Amino acid sequence: MIPAAFEYYRPSDIAGALSVLAEHGDDARVLAGGHSLIPMMKLRMADVPHLIDLQDIAGLKGTTIDGGTITIGAMTTQHELINDDALFAACPIIREAALQIADPQVRYMGTIGGNVANGDPGNDMPGLMQCLDASFVLVGADRTRTVKARSFYEAAYVTERDDEEILTHITFAASDAGFAYEKQKRKIGDYATAASAVLITKTAGKVSTASIAMTNLSDVPVLSEAAAAALVGTTCDAAAVKVAVAAALEDIDPTEDNRGPVAFKMHLAGIIISRAIARAWSRA
Amino acid sequence: MTKQIVSMTVNGEKKEVLAEPRELLIYVLREKMGMKGPHVGCETSHCGACTVEIDGKSVKSCTMFAAQAQGAQITTIEGLGSPDNLHVLQENFKEHHGLQCGYCTPGMITRAHRLLIENPNPTEEDIRFGIAGNICRCTGYQNIVKSILSAAAEINAAKEAAQ
Repeated sequence: MIPAAFEYYRPSDIAGALSVLAEHGDDARVLAGGHSLIPMMKLRMADVPHLIDLQDIAGLKGTTIDGGTITIGAMTTQHELINDDALFAACPIIREAALQIADPQVRYMGTIGGNVANGDPGNDMPGLMQCLDASFVLVGADRTRTVKARSFYEAAYVTERDDEEILTHITFAASDAGFAYEKQKRKIGDYATAASAVLITKTAGKVSTASIAMTNLSDVPVLSEAAAAALVGTTCDAAAVKVAVAAALEDIDPTEDNRGPVAFKMHLAGIIISRAIARAWSRA
Repeated sequence: MTKQIVSMTVNGEKKEVLAEPRELLIYVLREKMGMKGPHVGCETSHCGACTVEIDGKSVKSCTMFAAQAQGAQITTIEGLGSPDNLHVLQENFKEHHGLQCGYCTPGMITRAHRLLIENPNPTEEDIRFGIAGNICRCTGYQNIVKSILSAAAEINAAKEAAQ
């Protein structure tokens, strides 16, 4: 419950935050909503001698939708995502997923940037961002670069972000595809036992595009290109879904934990992916 | 590490305290400001007993450092009502037996307060989902839901009467 001592910084711009990161390297961490980092600090599982609170950096907040491109500031909270009607109109799967994350209090504080940068395979947004083919903007002292969500995650808590970079924005294309974020969990606020994000577009009664990603079924979020390919061109009938699910299951590697053994998670993943596909198709 | 003066407005009163950065807001509220209504029920940010309102948000004050609340407007259960002047939610929790041991109650009512501001006409399902960040060991929730539904009806009736 009692975190170790640290020095606290509250810069008003990115340059101020980057200079603390540059000075202290991996002894420094940024604090966004604090709802993964502070719990880890309270358990002394994270040692953070220098904590940089990003809350005063105005440029990291808010969502813009411009010509079909959605840009979300990293410090935008889950609560703000859920209540943003323009965002819902442009990409409704975000609200559906965010409502399945944590609980009201955590959603007032927890940010999308913290969710995707955390690197915990339990977080829901990473799989969703892979499904949407989102890009993450990483700002460092001397460069800004963009990394695809689909290549950002390397292992549990290991991402493409360098210690001295800050994830500032997330961008992706608006989507009017049929959508679903289906999540099985033990109770409110739990990370998924299995979850799946699906987007499907329909042309002339057949699947014209599909995107299928999964949460907490490996040490990273998993995008299954094979599963999507199995649906394209079909009428999304039971046989096609069965092939897609089998392909998706080939791509995951769940581990046993108190949510269940591997065999159970594989079985459950199949059910969750089928449901996500069915709901996305019904909305396509 | 370096202590700093943190100032915030708590229940309408400006407060200044000297706190280490690592001091969690819940402890600063309880131990340095005497606001002992908000409680600590866990160390993993699940239970919501420490819920207070900060700048229009329901926040678990165990998962925020006091330093983060510099300049914030905070309302705790003490600011919603007092024994002589109960808030309508407090009246209804009493009336509908929405508490037993009372340990979750300050956080539960503070959360319900914000929920009703954002959704003045909640369904039972809205309420259950809206207080899902608050755990209760005693009531089984049923009477908490009744209390909040009844408070909402009373608040709405008072609003209509005032128009």
